Amino acid sequence: MSFITKPKVQWSGQRRNPLGLTIRDYEGGMSTLCAGCGHDSVTAALVQAFWELAIKPEQVIKMSGIGCSSKTPAYFLNGAHGFNSVHGRMPSVATGALAAQRDLIAVGISGDGDSLSIGMGQFAHAVRRNINLLYIIENNGVYGLTKGQFSASADPGSKSKAGIENRQQAIDPVATAISLGGSFAARSFSGDKAQLVPLIKAGLAHPGCAVLDVISPCVTFNDHEGSTKSYAWTREHHESVNSPDLVEPADAIEASYDEGQELPVKLHDDSVIRFRKLESDYDPGDRARALEYLERHRAEGKVVTGLLYFDPNQPEFHQLSGTALQPLRDIDFERLNPGADGLEQMQKKMR
Amino acid sequence: MTQKSSHPSRVNDFVIKIGTVNGTGSASANTLLMKALFRMGIPVTGKNLFPSNIQGLPTWYEIRASRDGYNARTGRVDVMVAMNAQTYEQDLAEVSPGGYLIYDSSWPRDGQLARDDVQLIGIPLADMVNRHFTPARVRILMKNIAYVGALCALMNIDRDVVRALIEETFAAKKKLIEPNMQAIALGHDYARKHFDCPLPVRAEAMNGTDDHILIDGNQAAALGCLYAGATVGAWYPITPSTSLMDAFESLCKRYRIDPDTEEKRYCVIQAEDELAAAGMVIGANWAGARAFTPTSGPGISLMGEFIGFAYYTEIPAVFFDVQRVGPSTGMPTRTQQCDLMAAAYCSHGDTRHPVLLPADPRECFELSVAAFDLADRLQTPVFVLSDLDIGMNDWMVPKLSWDDDYRPDRGKVLSADELEQLNAFHRFDDTDGDGIPYRTLPGSHRKGAYFVRGSGHNRFGGYTEDAEQYQEVVDRLLNKWETARERVPQPIRTDSGHHTNIGIIAFGSSHGAVTEALAQLADRGIHANYLRLRAFPFGNDVQAFLDEHATVFVVEQNRDGQLRALLKLETHTDPGKLVSILHYNGLPLPSNAVSERIRDHVRKEAVA
Repeated sequence: MSFITKPKVQWSGQRRNPLGLTIRDYEGGMSTLCAGCGHDSVTAALVQAFWELAIKPEQVIKMSGIGCSSKTPAYFLNGAHGFNSVHGRMPSVATGALAAQRDLIAVGISGDGDSLSIGMGQFAHAVRRNINLLYIIENNGVYGLTKGQFSASADPGSKSKAGIENRQQAIDPVATAISLGGSFAARSFSGDKAQLVPLIKAGLAHPGCAVLDVISPCVTFNDHEGSTKSYAWTREHHESVNSPDLVEPADAIEASYDEGQELPVKLHDDSVIRFRKLESDYDPGDRARALEYLERHRAEGKVVTGLLYFDPNQPEFHQLSGTALQPLRDIDFERLNPGADGLEQMQKKMR
Repeated sequence: MTQKSSHPSRVNDFVIKIGTVNGTGSASANTLLMKALFRMGIPVTGKNLFPSNIQGLPTWYEIRASRDGYNARTGRVDVMVAMNAQTYEQDLAEVSPGGYLIYDSSWPRDGQLARDDVQLIGIPLADMVNRHFTPARVRILMKNIAYVGALCALMNIDRDVVRALIEETFAAKKKLIEPNMQAIALGHDYARKHFDCPLPVRAEAMNGTDDHILIDGNQAAALGCLYAGATVGAWYPITPSTSLMDAFESLCKRYRIDPDTEEKRYCVIQAEDELAAAGMVIGANWAGARAFTPTSGPGISLMGEFIGFAYYTEIPAVFFDVQRVGPSTGMPTRTQQCDLMAAAYCSHGDTRHPVLLPADPRECFELSVAAFDLADRLQTPVFVLSDLDIGMNDWMVPKLSWDDDYRPDRGKVLSADELEQLNAFHRFDDTDGDGIPYRTLPGSHRKGAYFVRGSGHNRFGGYTEDAEQYQEVVDRLLNKWETARERVPQPIRTDSGHHTNIGIIAFGSSHGAVTEALAQLADRGIHANYLRLRAFPFGNDVQAFLDEHATVFVVEQNRDGQLRALLKLETHTDPGKLVSILHYNGLPLPSNAVSERIRDHVRKEAVA
């Protein structure tokens, strides 16, 4: 993964978050992706979201696999530990890290190749375990680093840059996550920052595995006529089921929510993102209907975006496991080891 | 046959082999028998020779009693308990001349199936238990207990000891004690009435098991993980390593659950496959926990990519490989030492890993703790290479001991305070000159933030494709390898006390057979010095041993002589003097296979 150190430009009058940090403090190295790459917009949205949430960078771990998307953790949050693992295996490393230190705020950046082909198994099991991870899939329908092969999310009938038609079925990470019993499934578009930033914040706040599929066009290999993951196609066909509003913490306690019409997601600082319904018949709490809605709109060639499924009450991995609240790595050795006397006792039964 | 086995008296020196059908509950009867001998003070080992199957296939259990404390197989069977009609013929053929075969005489046996040199002892076990017990399942179980009863009479096994064991086993279900004792009595009384008891092959109480325990290697390794302070275990079930994680989890349930809050001070994750298990272990170690995974050969193959990643990114991790027979699925319930190469050089690119080589369950315990310390100290994956024989069989070993002053060696981890004092932190800078840089844990301090990457990186941790910067890091990893050489457990040398130019090198579960073979050879006037390896990389002691001996027999349980190959690659020795003694049929190495082949070789050399 290549990157160039970005000069940090600070000037007086820059806005500071409650930690006293400016948005520059949340940036990373200079991106080496192609100019216009959707992934850079996702990176910018992440910087914005972390800054707005005033999360200490050192509390965050940035996890990724291999591919263009997986390079991007180098481009945000320089103050956070990053982990560029092997292809398709980001979820297992994140699972292990969170097992050791459950208080870390984990963001995983993956792509459609990394998560829907080589890493399909790990994607599925991270969702199933409901690990506390914001799992972003930067989805462009194509293998960029190896120059333009179709990925598993390429729609049937879409065409490669060379004009070849994809005839295999597409895997939809959102529908997959919902059918796997995921607790949070959302989709956005790298070109829609107004929707993307609140969804990232909601995903970070969600105590479980938040799958966020971001249609993030590849300008070099999949932005042509005949592609269904291009900027033009996505702009034209994406359709949002709900629209986010932020309610500041001071007002959040007072605010009333119109049940059925709004979906409140509480953030770390007690503020609330309110997802207002745009589609009257869409209920993000209803798994079967969400899947049916996605399927119906997929057939119509629509790219449905928004917070598409949400169950804040589903127990997260550590709740399921019954793990101690104190991070395992911080537990004193004396509390882990039964000592010489304990060993002596145990061995009485071994005679 | 060897000197020992031609000894006229077979008191406390015999092998009992029991052939049954798996899934019939014979394991508890066999354990009872072995424990009874152990409690009588007679050194014993038990080897379970079982199929990869749950119910209905032949399975055997071999108990060796040895007043001299030898624990290997011997190539002998003194008393065969042939409970499986399916394998009767084979079982009869296996009995050593002068031995005994006990069979269930409830049904007539073909007169052809007899041997002049084997005494047949028919006991109507099924008839007796069917008359005495209902329902069917109880009858099946009690038939096993009844053959233990018969052996008590025939082999002079103390019935009071047997009763005490049964009482302990059923302490929570007391009503099962009497039926079990009745089954013992049925077998015992019939044998006593119809045969000349006890046989010359028999037990007599002695004092050979004080301060010893019976334990299998997986249980002992799990104890090692518990005592080393491992908190995260990730795994995918695979024979023969499964019982390691099962044991760890049950130990944790006993010792690591808060009595008030019921919170668990551990996290065991059953992964979706071995790739994920490796990723979880690496992630957990990176984030500061001690984490491990138990697996076997096929799992190591799958974990290979991640193991190379952890080597290059310098993340500690402990991998238990409880070896089974390969290649491929091989024979999953049989034993081999066939993953030595796979572990030592696991993964693509230039990679080498410390591999610890326990020889018995006691060392499984000790070397597990050592593995966590080494992994943390060296910041690299460390293997503990056990095998099915050690891992799943019951061994008699000296009691495990623990020093309460022990504290984990977490190696070079910078705390938040230390980071605060630093001007700048560079992940791969070798400031101490031992090849080991400093690391930081996520969540500790912004100054410690760095980017883990399996791609080319320089000593600052930054991405690089620069020829010199790349090479600087991989060369420094070689310095670390030299540090590893000094820090791994050193080999144990046993000299013959005679002038000799014959050496033997072995590791792991071959140790028991080699120890006995040395005595067998000495009885024939062949003296050899013995070096038991306990780890890879090899230190100076290995080179010195090779230099000192004109012929070095390399004893190992695989087809291709993997240890011999590793010695050729990793030492400066003349390969011509390394003579392989190989055993790889899946059964634990018998001592006579070692001594006879060494003797043949030495004889041929003398003639030539």
